[in-house]
Amino acid sequence: MNHTGGRAALIPILIWLLGLTTCVVIVSRSHFTADMSAFLPQRPSASQQLLVEQLREGNLSRLLLVGIEGVDGADRARLSKALAARLVASGEFTGVQNGDAAALAKDREILLSYRYLLSPAVTSERFSVAGLHQAIADSIDLLASPAGLMIKSLLPRDPTGELMELLGGLDAGNGPATDHDIWVSRDGQRALLMAQTAAAGSDTDGQERAVTRLRADFAAAAAALGIADAHVLVSGAPVFSVSARATIKGEVERLAIISAVGIVAVLLLAYRSGTALVLGLLPVLSGALAGIAAVALGFGSVHGLTVGFGTTLIGEAVDYSIYYFVQSQDSTEADWRARFWPTIRLGVLTSLCGFASLLFSGFPGLAQLGLYSMSGLVVAAAVTRFVLPRLRPRGFRIRDTSGVGRAFAPLLIALGHLRWVAFALALVALAILFVQRDHIWNTRLADLSPMSPALLQLDQSLRNDLGSPDQGYLVVIVAPTRAGALASAERVADRLQPLVARGAIGGFETPTRFLPSEATQATRRAALPERAELAARLKQALAGLPLRAERLTAFLDDVEAAKSQPSLDAERLRGSTLGLAVDSMLLQRPAGWSVLMPLRMPATGKIDAVAIRAALADETDALYVDLGEESNRLYADYLTEAIWLSLAGFVAITVLLGVTLRSATRLLHVLAPLVLAVLLVMAGLALASERLTLLHLVGLLLTVAVGSNYALFFDGCDAVGDPRTLTSLIVANTTTVIGFGALATSAVPVLHAIGITVGPGAILALLLSAMLAGRPTIKGTV
Amino acid sequence: MKLPRLLGVPSWLTFMVLPAIACAATWDVDALMRGLAKYEGGRARFVETKTIALLDKPVVSSGELLYTPPARLEKRTLKPRQEVMLLDGDQLSLERGKQKLSIRLSDQPEALAFVDSLRGTLSGNKAALEKTYKLHLAGTEEHWTLDLLPDDQRIATFVLRITFGGSHNRVEWIRYLQADGDSSVMTIEPIEGK
Repeated sequence: MNHTGGRAALIPILIWLLGLTTCVVIVSRSHFTADMSAFLPQRPSASQQLLVEQLREGNLSRLLLVGIEGVDGADRARLSKALAARLVASGEFTGVQNGDAAALAKDREILLSYRYLLSPAVTSERFSVAGLHQAIADSIDLLASPAGLMIKSLLPRDPTGELMELLGGLDAGNGPATDHDIWVSRDGQRALLMAQTAAAGSDTDGQERAVTRLRADFAAAAAALGIADAHVLVSGAPVFSVSARATIKGEVERLAIISAVGIVAVLLLAYRSGTALVLGLLPVLSGALAGIAAVALGFGSVHGLTVGFGTTLIGEAVDYSIYYFVQSQDSTEADWRARFWPTIRLGVLTSLCGFASLLFSGFPGLAQLGLYSMSGLVVAAAVTRFVLPRLRPRGFRIRDTSGVGRAFAPLLIALGHLRWVAFALALVALAILFVQRDHIWNTRLADLSPMSPALLQLDQSLRNDLGSPDQGYLVVIVAPTRAGALASAERVADRLQPLVARGAIGGFETPTRFLPSEATQATRRAALPERAELAARLKQALAGLPLRAERLTAFLDDVEAAKSQPSLDAERLRGSTLGLAVDSMLLQRPAGWSVLMPLRMPATGKIDAVAIRAALADETDALYVDLGEESNRLYADYLTEAIWLSLAGFVAITVLLGVTLRSATRLLHVLAPLVLAVLLVMAGLALASERLTLLHLVGLLLTVAVGSNYALFFDGCDAVGDPRTLTSLIVANTTTVIGFGALATSAVPVLHAIGITVGPGAILALLLSAMLAGRPTIKGTV
Repeated sequence: MKLPRLLGVPSWLTFMVLPAIACAATWDVDALMRGLAKYEGGRARFVETKTIALLDKPVVSSGELLYTPPARLEKRTLKPRQEVMLLDGDQLSLERGKQKLSIRLSDQPEALAFVDSLRGTLSGNKAALEKTYKLHLAGTEEHWTLDLLPDDQRIATFVLRITFGGSHNRVEWIRYLQADGDSSVMTIEPIEGK
């Protein structure tokens, strides 16, 4: 190979190769994530932290909702049971519920044997002579009721009606329906199961394994039972994260291929040289690799979307080599370095100012994008400047491409006479933005989610079938220990109870219903009299009642057993539906424990947040959270922050250009096209009723970054007058539009947002830069 | 005047007996059901006496019934404790002091079969009754009794026989005989007017 220069010339290449190798090692060891919680705000406030944690690790993040359809009730029941058995055996799941009578029998058995420790009615008054008389008289009255049939057989064991006390507090009407002894949907056409994955919510690989296993087990169970027509529906957070990752992965691959093919085609057309093409792609690939490595080092893991963003980076980074090859066509390396490199360098610095603002975002996803772009651009520019000239074979030239520039120059000059149109359009854009000012930004976090509506609809339908409470309203309790968390939950429950009576809330769930604190269990145990004492009191209590004491020996036995019974603990609840309920509400956190108490909507359809906050005023470790409102508010805060950061980035760009160009006129010539392009894109999106999200904002930043190169070339290098420079800009612009045009077609909202902003933005920036540049002079020929 | 005598049949008897024969021929379960189906609903007082082996004496409760054909039945117990049981379509709810219990009958096939015995009889829906029970009618139109004997083993484990007694298209009493020997009798007396 013929290289320019001697041994010294090898040093940049060696550094480059070493850098690449390091990056490859880092990237190969880095961890890729795709959960949307990476795009959730993360700030050290207890409740916000908890929400993010809950989304990443909480039990809801591990809960799969399963429906079986397509065959008759008996076959569905057989399948449901067979599937549950297989899932339990697979080891991928910590809990599987299908409403099976056996599982319900286990719940009932736990409730019955621990009723004296669980029932809130158990107090020493209840077990006094008067209290026993009253409770037993009530039970006898209940025998007269239609419900009497349910309690008759239990009466000798439970004459004070503690089990009814417990069941009365349960939501008998809200749970899933049952048919053939298993859970079914309201319309009876779908069998239902709930399964909890062993893998944590953030372990997408593990969750994918569990979901795949579930589908395979279903197929195997159906085959083993000879049931052909059944099909299975799976939803829940694990399906969401698996599907999100698959969607993003698929999109990234598809977009990378589309834009790569498009860009390669344009470059081949422009260069007509394989060598130039390969060399031209080196800065891009080096930049993308360095970007991923930098994010892996800086954040510990790389989000799939950040990699997806890499395809967008190609758009700008490929420009550098285009500038290099096209602009150095008929000049020496030194000429190019002297004439064009300072402009490119300034463009790179301008872009860095824009992206640096993202680094300060509290939104981890944005910060990743910022770091990715900055390191990617620096590396791409450095490779173009220091490595490309040394890899370029001696005397290598691409063909003369100035024809393209020459063809377009008259058009751009004509446009230059129409600069008043640009300003008129800008005024129109301002007017549109002013009219639409309240509808420009989208503050709904959910709109960034890559979930398809069909998937969300299935989830909602399965959730309704299972009657799982709305997770939108919660009281969150944070405590250092499990015992402390349960004790707090009991106090909070006492404070919420009056709100239920007043109709401020429809009801609430608490883990202490099935797992009271140790202290409460001890108090209830202490309220139970010794056997001899109880027998004596019972004799008196039964005076005037049609029930003789000798029929209640089983009651004496049970109370005596309860008196010496160890407390009910999480271990005893394991495997029961009650245990699952407790697990979903009582969570171990990295530091301590938290309790999530879901609130139910009252009949009025409106939760009284003021009353709830007032009731919890004294409970310093309890917090009322309206999840939807909270996450939207947080997101809106971060959007506002990002807008301010971007403006700060813009100020930094202005200062940088002002200092470098040292001319107010030139500064205006460079900035005006960028500002106008941003205004026009925003107005266009507003007209198309596309509300701007954080990612549109990133797109606008990119527009400024890419456009600043154009503006600087038109300003500093007289691009309209020099056909080669103009050619390089047109080719660079075409590749950018291809890259971002591909993104704009994406079904993933964040990728679409960037594409739909930068694609039109780049074209506008080029045209506006040409129109608003200083008076062009036409050079005849080269 | 000669002909009846020749036949040896007193003419007054002819006139007495013929309608009776005609009547007896149509007095069957279908006729009862048709009559019951015509009942337009209304209010009634009830007294229910449950005889339970566990207890030394029967438990007696009383109150009002409000029936709106074909599917709504409200049982308002006033003594010994206020309680409202409402059966409406698929929903059975029970309100007793602070406690509220609500079940969907389609979740509980046994309870549904049990409730259908009551509802099916009150509304004269023979087809619904015959899904679960063998029907056996005895007595006359003035004093009939209708026995419901469960076919389904699951229902037979808690009720052996349900007997309705009444006159014309009115149900006057219902008796449940449970599998464990306990029984309950409810007498029903309409409250006239609105």
